[in-house]
Amino acid sequence: MKPSDKQAELLAITFERAMPYEWSVGKYGSRFFQEIREHHRFVGIRCPRCHKVYAPPRRLCGPCFAEMTELVTLSDTGVLKAFTVVNYPFLDPNSGKNRPIPYTYGYIQLDGADSIFSHIVNEIDTSKMRVGMKVKAVFRNNADMKGNVEDIKYFDLVDP
Amino acid sequence: MEKIAIVGLAQTKFERRKPDKTYYDLVYEVTRDALEDSGLTLADIDNVITVSNDFLDGRTISSMAVGEAAGGHDKNISTVEGDGTFGAFYGAIRVLGGFRSTLVVAHSKGSEGNVSYISNALFDPIYQRPLGIESLASAALQANSYMEKFGLSEIDFAKFSVKNHGNAWNNPYAQIPLTITVQDVLSSPKLADPIKLLDCSPISDGAAAIIIADEKTAMKSAKKPVWIRGIGHCCEEYFLGDRDLADPRALRSAAKKAFEMAGISNPSREIRVAEVYDAFSYMEPLWLEGLGFCKPGGGPELLDCGVISRGGTLPVNPSGGVLSAHAVLVAGLVRLIEAALQLRGEAQGRQVEDVHRALAHGINGPCGQSHCVWVLESD
Amino acid sequence: MNGRELIYEAVSRSLVDCELTIEDIDAIVIGNMDHFESINSADTWSVEGSGGVMKPIMKINTGGTTGTSVAIAAYYHVASGIFDRVLAIGWEKNSESDTTGAIITCSDPIWDRFSYSGAIPSLATEAIGYLKRSGATQEDAARVAVRDRTHALNNPYAHLRKPITVQDVMESPMLAYPIKLLDVCPRSDGACAVVFASEEAARRITAKPAWVTACSVRHSLSWFGDFDFDAGLLSLARASREAYEKAGIKSPPDEIDVAELYLPYSYAGLKWIEDLGFCPQNKAPEFVWSGATDMGGRIPINPSGGVISTNCIGATALLRVAEAAIQVMGRGGERQVPDVVNSLATGFGGCFWSDVFLMSSCMP
Repeated sequence: MKPSDKQAELLAITFERAMPYEWSVGKYGSRFFQEIREHHRFVGIRCPRCHKVYAPPRRLCGPCFAEMTELVTLSDTGVLKAFTVVNYPFLDPNSGKNRPIPYTYGYIQLDGADSIFSHIVNEIDTSKMRVGMKVKAVFRNNADMKGNVEDIKYFDLVDP
Repeated sequence: MEKIAIVGLAQTKFERRKPDKTYYDLVYEVTRDALEDSGLTLADIDNVITVSNDFLDGRTISSMAVGEAAGGHDKNISTVEGDGTFGAFYGAIRVLGGFRSTLVVAHSKGSEGNVSYISNALFDPIYQRPLGIESLASAALQANSYMEKFGLSEIDFAKFSVKNHGNAWNNPYAQIPLTITVQDVLSSPKLADPIKLLDCSPISDGAAAIIIADEKTAMKSAKKPVWIRGIGHCCEEYFLGDRDLADPRALRSAAKKAFEMAGISNPSREIRVAEVYDAFSYMEPLWLEGLGFCKPGGGPELLDCGVISRGGTLPVNPSGGVLSAHAVLVAGLVRLIEAALQLRGEAQGRQVEDVHRALAHGINGPCGQSHCVWVLESD
Repeated sequence: MNGRELIYEAVSRSLVDCELTIEDIDAIVIGNMDHFESINSADTWSVEGSGGVMKPIMKINTGGTTGTSVAIAAYYHVASGIFDRVLAIGWEKNSESDTTGAIITCSDPIWDRFSYSGAIPSLATEAIGYLKRSGATQEDAARVAVRDRTHALNNPYAHLRKPITVQDVMESPMLAYPIKLLDVCPRSDGACAVVFASEEAARRITAKPAWVTACSVRHSLSWFGDFDFDAGLLSLARASREAYEKAGIKSPPDEIDVAELYLPYSYAGLKWIEDLGFCPQNKAPEFVWSGATDMGGRIPINPSGGVISTNCIGATALLRVAEAAIQVMGRGGERQVPDVVNSLATGFGGCFWSDVFLMSSCMP
């Protein structure tokens, strides 16, 4: 009997398991979420060397390899720097289920910040969106806030 | 081999959980500290090797989280997924191959994932994983095999736990220094026969970094260079059943290569102190045999005769070893750091006298499938 | 076949190709994406297939750039003087994974993961920035896909070997604006093995080795939001500049005879060739339409069919090195570009990271 015999079946084994993780957010991230919960606003941080303002705040300015400590209060508005509408179904590893589509994945530069970060934009018609448009954050109800990035529900376009 | 040296080093204190630190924080802190220790600046470092594991971090491309924190911005950089000794090996050959210096930094937070699931994933998905085998169960198999082959007992292994936890009192970075007796070990909860709680290393969070440099850069650094004289690594078969778990032949091969490079013919006479990867108490004697410090089965005797105790001719794991602090991937790099501290005369509290040659060792894969051996020297 | 068997096939073929046996190999470097096949410590797992039993083996993992990072590691193993013949292996069984789900886990779990949906949307956001800046069109990008898929017809190893037209691309489903199905790579199963050797060992193996003249990488970014959508692919611009300098190349489109570029999607074939210095900024569409990058052109790109025809991630970047080496060695058969002296291979992945690998028929 040889492995290549026609009678032999080709088997496949399915393996599915939830891998639980609990990640620490760190001091800077925690402060960002705290500001959202308490003041419905964003906070950034400034590099002492190049003066670039990062939002969300982080410990280091990578290019300068310098630690940052100067927090900068920002409002809840920004500018859309890039976006795309996601149209294909896929399994979300966070929930183990398909994420609802279509949705718009966008990069926002908060007013007063130099860096950008990704979030959801509340619009799926590409003809209504343009790089450079103003956006405004919409937050969860305080009672529902969990201290994570989804406490920002999405960003609304300000001048459609 | 061209002259290269370890010129900077740093490690975090190892703890069960560091809730306020992210991987990025840990990597940045040891990178910053290693640079300070070396007296060099980031501009002197022309390449970076990070060491991380996707399963441990719960993140595909785990290196992405820490590249900039490791000073990797606008530099040549790569990532080894495996124990820190292997990452450092790659860092060393990059210096031999043309770079001036490599920063090697490893991190892990055992507190953030499920260690059993993560180590279960080391095993073959088709034949072994569904059986639930992971690092503890496989270690138990190896311990049994070792005991069986040489007629050793749980008491023989317990003594190593007593030694190493006791040594950890002198190491401010260690997680669990303990004053215990053989009886304490024997009566600790049995987890997987013959392995009991006090035979096991802890789950730890932490990071470590070293800087390896060419001779020219080494002469510029602030500290006495720790010369890298011999390095070697080797891997055995994968399936546990294909191996003689009590015969660490990959370790023998790795050690042979490292000793040859370093010009060592009689390791137990020529090495003054050794830091080996004792993830479980039975591993220390087993690896000492593989390293050629004694004949096969003779590991426990080295302890009984006092050779490898603090005051002996070849103290092993004066730092407390992996039994006292085990951040996966980092622990091997820590063995290198501890050996280097001994050579520099900076191992306060745990300093062995007259150290000019030291050995550091790390493992990768289940039951020490792969081993990496380093021989270090000071002038 | 299972993963180990796949690796074995590539390894045994590469050994036959250089008339060596596994005993002749001094060390192995291997790479793949852990969460795709869900195997922790794939280096130790692979040994029966990779030939690593009782040899030094290590794993390199840098996302999509893994293949080139593996090649670079193999190069340094030999350059160190410690090893004479080193095997570089890249492999992936995308069919065994939920690729998108696994890629999503490369994003930061606290900041990015909830909105990130894999490689395609983040590349789409890059494409939008390029279209705005350069005035290029979706058809311009489609021309890149058509080129690579046409080239694949000459490559018996390629995954997708059916030609397509610009119209086919334009009519394919929109996945994430402006990226359509035919603009982007498939998910493939595959493995690649490459043997690196020292000068002396190389001369004994073949009369025409592909000498490594330079390798450089930039993996600077940690968050997708740090990417400058208005600028070029900085990692590629910097890594290639450094590599060109090391190799003594002053005018890439004139001195490089063929390029195997890691282009996971068509728009990359416009924007990134500007960053490589093949043509001035915003001029890539006319450069591509002119046929300069087709077989017979000034600097043929991806005679193998590239990533758009075959993508087994852990192997893909190594395949670029292998294909670029094949060109220098003159062994490309129907996909051979005539008279190749210098070739370029690139890797891409992670957070807009780039690797650059240059080879030549002349020893440096």
